[in-house]
Amino acid sequence: MKPFEYVRADDATQAVAMVAERPNARFLGGGTNLVDHMKLGLVEPELLVDVTALPFNRVEPLPDGGVRIGAAVRNSDLAANPLVRQNYPVLAAALLSGASGQLRNLATTGGNLVQRTRCPYFQTLYTPCNKREPGSGCSAITGHNREHAILGASQACVATHPSDMAVALTALGATVRVLGPAGERVVPIGELNRLPGDEPHQDTTLNHGELITAVDLPALPLAKRSAYYKVRDRASYAFAQVSAAIAVDIHSGVVRDVRVALGGVAHKPWRAHRAEALLRGAPATEDVFRAAADAELAEAKPLSDNGFKVPMVRNTLVSVLRRLAREH
Amino acid sequence: MTRTNPVLADIAIHVDGDKRQLSVDTRTTLLDALRDQLGVTSPKKGCDHGQCGACTVLLDGRRVVSCLALAVANDGAEIVTAQGLADGDDLHPVQQAFLDRDGLQCGYCTPGQVCSAVGMLREVQEGWPSHVTGDLAAPVELTDEEIRERMSGNLCRCGAYANIVAAIREAAE
Ligand SMILES: Cc1cc2nc3c(=O)[nH]c(=O)nc-3n(C[C@H](O)[C@H](O)[C@H](O)COP(=O)(O)OP(=O)(O)OC[C@H]3O[C@@H](n4cnc5c(N)ncnc54)[C@H](O)[C@@H]3O)c2cc1C
Ligand code: SF4
Ligand code: FES
Ligand code: FES
Repeated sequence: MKPFEYVRADDATQAVAMVAERPNARFLGGGTNLVDHMKLGLVEPELLVDVTALPFNRVEPLPDGGVRIGAAVRNSDLAANPLVRQNYPVLAAALLSGASGQLRNLATTGGNLVQRTRCPYFQTLYTPCNKREPGSGCSAITGHNREHAILGASQACVATHPSDMAVALTALGATVRVLGPAGERVVPIGELNRLPGDEPHQDTTLNHGELITAVDLPALPLAKRSAYYKVRDRASYAFAQVSAAIAVDIHSGVVRDVRVALGGVAHKPWRAHRAEALLRGAPATEDVFRAAADAELAEAKPLSDNGFKVPMVRNTLVSVLRRLAREH
Repeated sequence: MTRTNPVLADIAIHVDGDKRQLSVDTRTTLLDALRDQLGVTSPKKGCDHGQCGACTVLLDGRRVVSCLALAVANDGAEIVTAQGLADGDDLHPVQQAFLDRDGLQCGYCTPGQVCSAVGMLREVQEGWPSHVTGDLAAPVELTDEEIRERMSGNLCRCGAYANIVAAIREAAE
């Protein structure tokens, strides 16, 4: 690891200025991804600006009925928060399905959103990877790609986004509050992460030096009936092969409104707009659920090792929708 | 431009009840500071990448992996390792239960398991749900399934899991 300076920031504007003016500076959250990457030699920052002591450590109700989550709130505190458990169970469940108790006590909301892919070729220095070293090629496309994307990938990169939390936030239509050198802006969660295209080294649409300060959840009554389902190789402590975050409002056997997002399938958490469009206003039957899943999967392009993800997504969507429909 | 000279920082941390002052290279993890600089060797280095839980300590009362935490970022922190859990010769109830129930074989993962269990039982007391809690809004009941899920961040290469669950169940009663 290369030597670096460390600063514990107590002012957000100063933290942003410090990172913005040095290309090789990084914000430090819980460190569970960044410190790992520094040990692996994937990044060699010269300055770490610790943002965990900034006053962004609260979960507060908003006047419009939504909730503001500070970027420094730990994943464990967020999952345990009564407001989140009551009104957005999909978010608590997604957080609780991720990592381990010890990691969730460190991991922050901001850091979780900006964590990088677990593609094994990205995480070692010795294999070509366009994300780590633009232009070097993608080892996964012709290599081991069981964990990789089936939707929205490119010839340059087929990696998936690893966060569970972000899948729930995508279903909920959260907005991300960002502070940059030029001031504040608000980024819809669907525009925070990108598809790989020709620039897989760009995970997000954040500019260097832009700090996530909070994530806002909209008031969303249907989120009270929501669930997160994660399919993985072990029963616990493993990343998703496939996951689904779903909130649904069913009245008299008809889907009045629905939110669906998928994890483990793309370079970003995947909002299933096509499935949603087919479900809205349709009878809440298994045939409809299946047709909605098929509509979303119509353009799926599985790789050599991950064809199983297509039926896995279909079965996951159908079974979670069926369960939520039963609870109505 | 990358720097070449180490950057040093003076920090003070409380470890198992004692205030310790030390100068750390900013690159030093909390685990390495404890083991190599302070001689507190109960937290173990298994993977050094947050994957095994052998380095688990209680940081300001909460269980964390100390291999991904930077020492410099924890200036002023209160740290309890497995070594500091006992009260003199009286073992902590979780430690005693691990002995009574044979919750170990080689013992390498044990200090991390014990700290993790202590932190986990506090989380249950606080009413924190887990991935296997059916109703996220209801009070938590510590079933074996709950113990297994909540302890999944601590791996045991000897496979002492069955007795680890039994020990934690006993300590919780
Ligand atoms: C063994 C293991 C298993 C895991 N399993 C799972 C899992 O099953 N599911 C899952 O979802 N995750 C899992 N994780 C990943 C974990 O959730 C992330 O490492 C964590 O959420 C990152 O948060 P952090 O605060 O530690 O981020 P850091 O490591 O501190 O930072 C990560 C990145 O975010 C940037 N950053 C931090 N804060 C901000 C901010 N406020 N604004 C802008 N940028 C910021 C940093 O500069 C860095 O680039 C696992 C991790 C490990 C080590
Ligand atoms: S899938 Fe993306 S991250 Fe993985 S090797 Fe290819 S370019 Fe790199
Ligand atoms: S040594 Fe820290 S988790 Fe393995
Ligand atoms: S007792 Fe040997 S690793 Fe757990």
